[in-house]
Amino acid sequence: MKELMLGNKAFARGLYEAGCCFVSSYPGTPSTEVTEEAAKYDEIYCEWAPNEKVAMEAAFGASLAGVRSYCGMKHVGLNVAADPLYTMSYTGVNGGVIICVADDAGMHSSQNEQDSRHHAIASKVPMLEPSDSAEALEFVKTGYELSEQFDTPVIIKMCTRVSHSQSVVEVSDRVVPAKKGYEKNIPKNVMMPGNAIKRHPFVEERTEKLRQWSENASVNRIEWAKDSARNADGKTVGIITCSTTYQYVKEAFGEAVSVCKIGMVNPLPKDLILDFAKKCDILIVAEELDPIIENHCKALGLNVHGKDILPICGEFSQNLIAKALSPFVYGKESDPVEIVKVEDQIPMRPPVMCAGCPHRGLFYTLSKNKCTVLGDIGCYTLGAVAPLSAMDMTLCMGASISAIHGFNIAGEGEHENKTVAVIGDSTFMHSGMTGLANIAYNQSDSTVIILDNSITGMTGHQQNPTTGYNIKGDPAGKIDLEALCRSMGFHRVRVVDPYDLKATDAAVKEELAAKEPSVIISRRPCALLKYVKHNPPLCVDKEKCVGCKSCMKLGCPAISMKDGKAHIDETLCVGCGICSQLCPTGAFAGCKKEEA
Amino acid sequence: METKNVMIVGVGGQGSLLASKLLGRLLLDEGYDVKVSEVHGMSQRGGSVVTYVRYGERVYSPVIDEGEADYIVSFELLEAARWLPYLKKGGQIVTNIQQIDPMPVITGAMEYPKDLVEKMKQTGVKVDAVDCLALANEAGSSKAVNIVLMGRLSHYFDMPKEAWQKAMEAIVPPKFLEMNKKAFALGENA
Repeated sequence: MKELMLGNKAFARGLYEAGCCFVSSYPGTPSTEVTEEAAKYDEIYCEWAPNEKVAMEAAFGASLAGVRSYCGMKHVGLNVAADPLYTMSYTGVNGGVIICVADDAGMHSSQNEQDSRHHAIASKVPMLEPSDSAEALEFVKTGYELSEQFDTPVIIKMCTRVSHSQSVVEVSDRVVPAKKGYEKNIPKNVMMPGNAIKRHPFVEERTEKLRQWSENASVNRIEWAKDSARNADGKTVGIITCSTTYQYVKEAFGEAVSVCKIGMVNPLPKDLILDFAKKCDILIVAEELDPIIENHCKALGLNVHGKDILPICGEFSQNLIAKALSPFVYGKESDPVEIVKVEDQIPMRPPVMCAGCPHRGLFYTLSKNKCTVLGDIGCYTLGAVAPLSAMDMTLCMGASISAIHGFNIAGEGEHENKTVAVIGDSTFMHSGMTGLANIAYNQSDSTVIILDNSITGMTGHQQNPTTGYNIKGDPAGKIDLEALCRSMGFHRVRVVDPYDLKATDAAVKEELAAKEPSVIISRRPCALLKYVKHNPPLCVDKEKCVGCKSCMKLGCPAISMKDGKAHIDETLCVGCGICSQLCPTGAFAGCKKEEA
Repeated sequence: METKNVMIVGVGGQGSLLASKLLGRLLLDEGYDVKVSEVHGMSQRGGSVVTYVRYGERVYSPVIDEGEADYIVSFELLEAARWLPYLKKGGQIVTNIQQIDPMPVITGAMEYPKDLVEKMKQTGVKVDAVDCLALANEAGSSKAVNIVLMGRLSHYFDMPKEAWQKAMEAIVPPKFLEMNKKAFALGENA
């Protein structure tokens, strides 16, 4: 049956059809839906792990027990999971292991634009790269076969445009291979030096065998141009490409060029590329981000164009490919695209904290107290946006807590009384706890604020170890943040409601002044959670409003100035009441009563 | 046939997902190759959002580039103007006239441009501007703006009416079906 399916959903369908039994992941855009969709199949055990390293090790354990397992993450998540990955390459697998890593060229929702193919090369783990939903489904099945045949984990690299595009797939039934059962094998599975030394040559031989496999595998293919296709100089053009860039190349040039489409990006084929090169007068490598296939071709002694004509930063598109490659394919520039537009400058519409976001009250307080704020990864990174502008640093998951410790110690007393670290509940579970242990152990007078909105917000509401529910929404274990911090040795642990500005202000001032490490838990569920009950929207008493714009300091999307007075958009306002706490004339509060 | 391009644009949270789902289903049922592309994550937080729908005999790229869209369906007026450069010369815009102020307008740093419908028409493209929010409310829910817009788009699409109905029955939960059928009809006849 033909279905239109999101790349990530097709990936999950592949897991189902290939008989995957165990899934453990940490959410991260654009990879999240693979695990969410897999969780809809009752036949697959699925969970959210606290972070990617834990997820990958759990998947390894499931493989050891003899079943096909999976873990998924975004590109930066693979950095966290790199430690188990690089040695799982040595141990190999029992049941097949598929690892999904989803890159984000263009940085739609990420802090960097790293190319995950480097990890596959460095860890010597094979990597497949689909270019649409149908290939995502198919490559999962191929991946499990490779994993078990060659005794290796297999990485499947997705990207935003494959993960979040729907294209047509054909589905089939689930086939579960016989469970292998666990067998003790110390030389293979205990990676101490004496054993690992013997496994390294195995890894090198495996890479060579995989390379040989890839020379004739259907995941790599050549699509020859029409016989007549020549450029103005009578030359034939061949393009070596992969992933979504393949689609842009076909869109731009159809059968005017020959295409070598690479589906296995590690290890890369040699003979296939050399044979292709022989039949093309001009060779171009078209790949997003880093010149990995290009460098491989150059190492084979081929004269190729690549990053000399295509950008290394950002995403490609059909127009970009057409513009860069037309001089080679047709011997002339591509026709300029005719563009219509209105003369007015169109105001940007950046993402903002939602109306009623519990983070707003906290960041307003930090802004008002002129705090230095070491931030972290999540919705609350939007605290850096004007008018709050209450963030000084964001690096990676967990860095807020680790960095404040170094910042305060190096400042020799200059920073403690005005610097805080802010981190969400899910990010804290991911990699904040170890940073907190460092503060507890090495005793800097640091103030850490855990923004507990009872969900993993940015990636679209996933449960985590502090919420009390599992991936299916069923009751699960629940980590008590206060008890956890106290057990680490923090004497000052307090909980505050960020909707209460006065209490939040007092908490921040007191903990900054304290001459010992402290934790503030700013607790209020995300305003978008379905179970959260909202107050009726506020409105402004125009008689009382003096147009002082105190409320405008919040950056609430529901509040604007109309004719010199504050105005509330009733369709957006959820009645959180933070603005009314700032209003010196009570213009919001009075109105609420009248409305009720 | 040549690949056709439809862009659905709006503000994060306005419900463009259901619209693209409906359109994708319709086009697949009609026997086309289809690709639908959207971006999740950061851009959902009240930011500008865009969905690409492409259909034809064989569709390669999942995205639509500048100057390529045959239709732009917009949930919000400013967003129609923002994405106008993606429209083909002589292309068709179907837009809701609702205006949602973006942060630079809220803070007073910029003004919401005036007379956008007229200005867009002056560029030579076809603009069909409809008060979809009012029609959605008339149908029974402000959330039905997406279906009102699809009803309006059906005017310009060479697809049988029954196919739209069938796709709607496949996509919309049964308890909202009647309301959405009404919303579709109101958009179609606006």
